[in-house]
Amino acid sequence: MEKLLKCENLSFSYENTSVIKNLSFSLGSGDYLCIVGENGSGKSTLTKGILGLKAPADGKIIKGGGLKANEIGYLPQQTPAQKDFPASVFEVVLSGRLNSRGLKPFYSKKDKMIAHDNIKRLGIEELLKRSYRDLSGGQQQRVLLARALCAGKKLLLLDEPVTGLDPIVTDEMYKLIFELNRKENITIIMVSHDIASAVKYATHILHLDGDKSFFGTTKEYMKSPMGQYFFAEVSKGNENQ
Amino acid sequence: MTQNSVIIYVPTAYNINDFLITLAFVFLLWNFIICNSVDYCGYGKNSLLHFIEILNFRVEYMLLNEITEMFQHSFMIRALIGGTLVSLCASLLGVSLVLKRYSMIGDGLSHVGFGSLAVASAVGCVAPLEVAIPVVVIAAFFLLRLSENSKIKGDAAIALISTSALAIGITAASMTTGLNTDINSYLFGSIIAMNGTDVILCSVLSAVILVMFVFFYNKIFAVTFDENFAKATGTRAGVYNMIIALLTALTIVIGMKMMGSMLISSLIIFPAVISMRMCKRFKTVMITSAVVSVICFFVGLAISYLYSTPTGASIVIVNLCVLIIFTGIGFVTAKISARKYI
Repeated sequence: MEKLLKCENLSFSYENTSVIKNLSFSLGSGDYLCIVGENGSGKSTLTKGILGLKAPADGKIIKGGGLKANEIGYLPQQTPAQKDFPASVFEVVLSGRLNSRGLKPFYSKKDKMIAHDNIKRLGIEELLKRSYRDLSGGQQQRVLLARALCAGKKLLLLDEPVTGLDPIVTDEMYKLIFELNRKENITIIMVSHDIASAVKYATHILHLDGDKSFFGTTKEYMKSPMGQYFFAEVSKGNENQ
Repeated sequence: MTQNSVIIYVPTAYNINDFLITLAFVFLLWNFIICNSVDYCGYGKNSLLHFIEILNFRVEYMLLNEITEMFQHSFMIRALIGGTLVSLCASLLGVSLVLKRYSMIGDGLSHVGFGSLAVASAVGCVAPLEVAIPVVVIAAFFLLRLSENSKIKGDAAIALISTSALAIGITAASMTTGLNTDINSYLFGSIIAMNGTDVILCSVLSAVILVMFVFFYNKIFAVTFDENFAKATGTRAGVYNMIIALLTALTIVIGMKMMGSMLISSLIIFPAVISMRMCKRFKTVMITSAVVSVICFFVGLAISYLYSTPTGASIVIVNLCVLIIFTGIGFVTAKISARKYI
């Protein structure tokens, strides 16, 4: 099977300090990859690299399986300015179709239909005409997910999608993403801090840690010294609570 | 006037009709007293005919005469055309600027605009406005870079640039011609400042701005709402930020003569803030912003003409009143809807 995304000997650096060194991994269609790691380990740099916003210092990122550069459904972290933005849910979701427009200034009927379909898919039809700023955090996140689906139907890149959500909504969000992955065969790349949920849902784990980075299936990760060390830390933390 | 104290009536929300009837009654009473004291039309002081005649005369005088008279002056026509176009452009761009937290760029640019106008006219340039345009456009790109780069304190840098430009402009002006009416009108705006060439320049630039705005509307929305997402999906956010900065610079330069450089940024900020209080969709925010801006401009211009107040200041005050009214309405409706849910 052709790989959707393949990274070979990838390195990133900021002003001569290298963040990621010699990283190689590949993703097939329908995989669910969680990128974990401490702050500053290069998670957001790698995200930028995959999105094509930052050129790697060395190595290359190969997109296959008919995946075009601007066809990655991206769910960025929310900015404070966004939270009180006066736009309707439909307007926000529709803006995900912009990459298919090129220089054409207006959306076509097909774009609007795709936006409607994705709104239905995530079960937020009743929010269609509501204002984005009046929604709860979880609802806003669903709207942004619908927009991401409008932008790319093969690969979703989610940057800490559950930040600031309460435990119940967090769980719903994880299940929703899992369903998209299983039922609709959408490849997921998720940047996360939540290792417990990462191993629960993901098929592959990428643990970034300087030049000792780990990539493998979730089972392999659980057996690896790195994963076991982390699990010990996490369970210690839970006991302390 | 004693007649005002005759009727004291406290209106409530439930009998607005009664309130209107009372208002009409007060108006009639006042007219009756006036026409009984002076015989305007020669029908005799106390006749009913006289009363009606006066009433007609007053209404006509108030509404029609003043307005028709206002536009018999060619400078008012010029002010009206130029001002409407500028407020339209400013209000549309304003929504994006305010939402992107770029309002200070508008303010900084207007000061740079004043500086360059003052220096250009001090040097003896024939067309200072044409000199100011490239300077302000360059300043716009520079300020945009400052705001995007979080390493430098963007707001501090804008304040430094705007005060420096103001100081240079004032100094250059006082060293040559002194602080004459020209400089004064650049600072605070003037109703008669627009000449024929200004109006033509203004119309052409506004047409360009409006066409570009409509053409790039969806992209401007995407870049305003979420720059990271727009970039990730292949929209060149930097280019559209530059387009917004360019259009803002042009709007500020052409609006500065009438509004004054101290007040032009209000034309960008007020309508956007007002419409954001009322509307929930981006498109309606845009449209409302444009409508509010043009109406406030008309009212402000009329006040400026009737009471000889500075044009820019009058328009700002009208905007301020509208903002206060809508904030009040928003506060009350929020209370009511909060009560509903309890």
